[in-house]
Amino acid sequence: MSGDSFTFTIDGVEVTATPGQTIMEAADAAGIYIPRLCDVEGLRHQGGCRVCTVKASGRSAAACTQPAAPDLVVDNETDHLNTMRRHLVEMLFQEGNHLCPVCEASGNCELQAMAYRLEMVEPFRFPGLEPCRPVDASHPDIALDTNRCISCGRCIRASADVDGKGIFGYVGRGIHRRVAVNGSDLAHTDADINDHAVSRQVCPVGCIIRKREGFSIPIGEREYDHGLIGDEGDSE
Amino acid sequence: MSTDRKARIATVSLAGCFGCHMAILDMDERLIDLMARVEFDRSPLNDLKRFTGRCDIGIVEGGCCNEENVHTLQEFRRNCDVLVALGQCAIMGGLPAMRNAIMHSDDPLRDCLDEAYLSSPYTRNLTNTVPNDPVLPLLLDRVYPCSEVVEIDLQIPGCAPSGDIIHDTLIALLDGKFRGFERTELRFD
Repeated sequence: MSGDSFTFTIDGVEVTATPGQTIMEAADAAGIYIPRLCDVEGLRHQGGCRVCTVKASGRSAAACTQPAAPDLVVDNETDHLNTMRRHLVEMLFQEGNHLCPVCEASGNCELQAMAYRLEMVEPFRFPGLEPCRPVDASHPDIALDTNRCISCGRCIRASADVDGKGIFGYVGRGIHRRVAVNGSDLAHTDADINDHAVSRQVCPVGCIIRKREGFSIPIGEREYDHGLIGDEGDSE
Repeated sequence: MSTDRKARIATVSLAGCFGCHMAILDMDERLIDLMARVEFDRSPLNDLKRFTGRCDIGIVEGGCCNEENVHTLQEFRRNCDVLVALGQCAIMGGLPAMRNAIMHSDDPLRDCLDEAYLSSPYTRNLTNTVPNDPVLPLLLDRVYPCSEVVEIDLQIPGCAPSGDIIHDTLIALLDGKFRGFERTELRFD
């Protein structure tokens, strides 16, 4: 540890952090899982989905962007926070067309896995918007089904920061804000199947589809069929 | 109340594929123990078409895509103490609900019927009309989850739900001890 490291607590457990680290970075380093959707290792933080909301000394904050501070008291796994997170995930489900039985990402989907973790089972509180969004299958190796997009922006950051291409970007405002491609369709961009932005770990849902790979792992044997999202970290 | 009365269960498949009813059979030999505690009233499993009495548990597979589904679901609500939506179609519409949001369409039901009966290159339809016989139940504008039509007491997720989750839930309900699902058992596929 560097000399200026400090400690704070998450759910009563003492965690060490260095200046500049966010609450989530310090938690990950300590093996404590904070639920998240728009944040993924290797990309800059966005603080968009708010599923990682924690109570930092009583105030709600996105753990992925809130800097850790000495003696901060962070609440993470509380009923109140998990209920609020479940409502957020429910709203993401109701905003798009998330038909798990017909989605090839089912079992590998972080949104679905988060719904399992947060026990999203009751009748939905919110009416489904059932939007009519286009499918872009123009590219020979990649397809986009934007019905499943949760606008997390991971593909945007991966394409801009890692691939240096900027294939994806946000368009629109408020509820109309969507992820769009920088061209008339995906075939008219310089998207490539080897881009980090279209790799499996970037899109948390089934929006970015790598063609001819969907069912190489059968339903029932996929990543989150074996355990809850986040619990992999506990065993490390 | 007599304690040796068997609990009465009714089941129905609305806009579903009968996969959830097949999943009920996935309880395998546990069905024998279950049948010692329950008897089936109206159900496709015994081909009873009408309720013979009030039921303790009603199990509904599939959502509502036509007026007959709505009528049947309302009848189940009237005749069952606890109404259970079984599987994703009953919970959120499932596969049939794909017709609610067809790309670029302002009239998805019309487009769906046109594709099925008129415009598809694989269609052989000599009359070139969409079937409209009066005995056919009227299709609804969209496919509705059960909870948008009647009050649903419990939803068992899955497509189809596993025999385990159905068995455990039914036993817990019969014992009056249902406390929710284990989150590790939840599946939407």
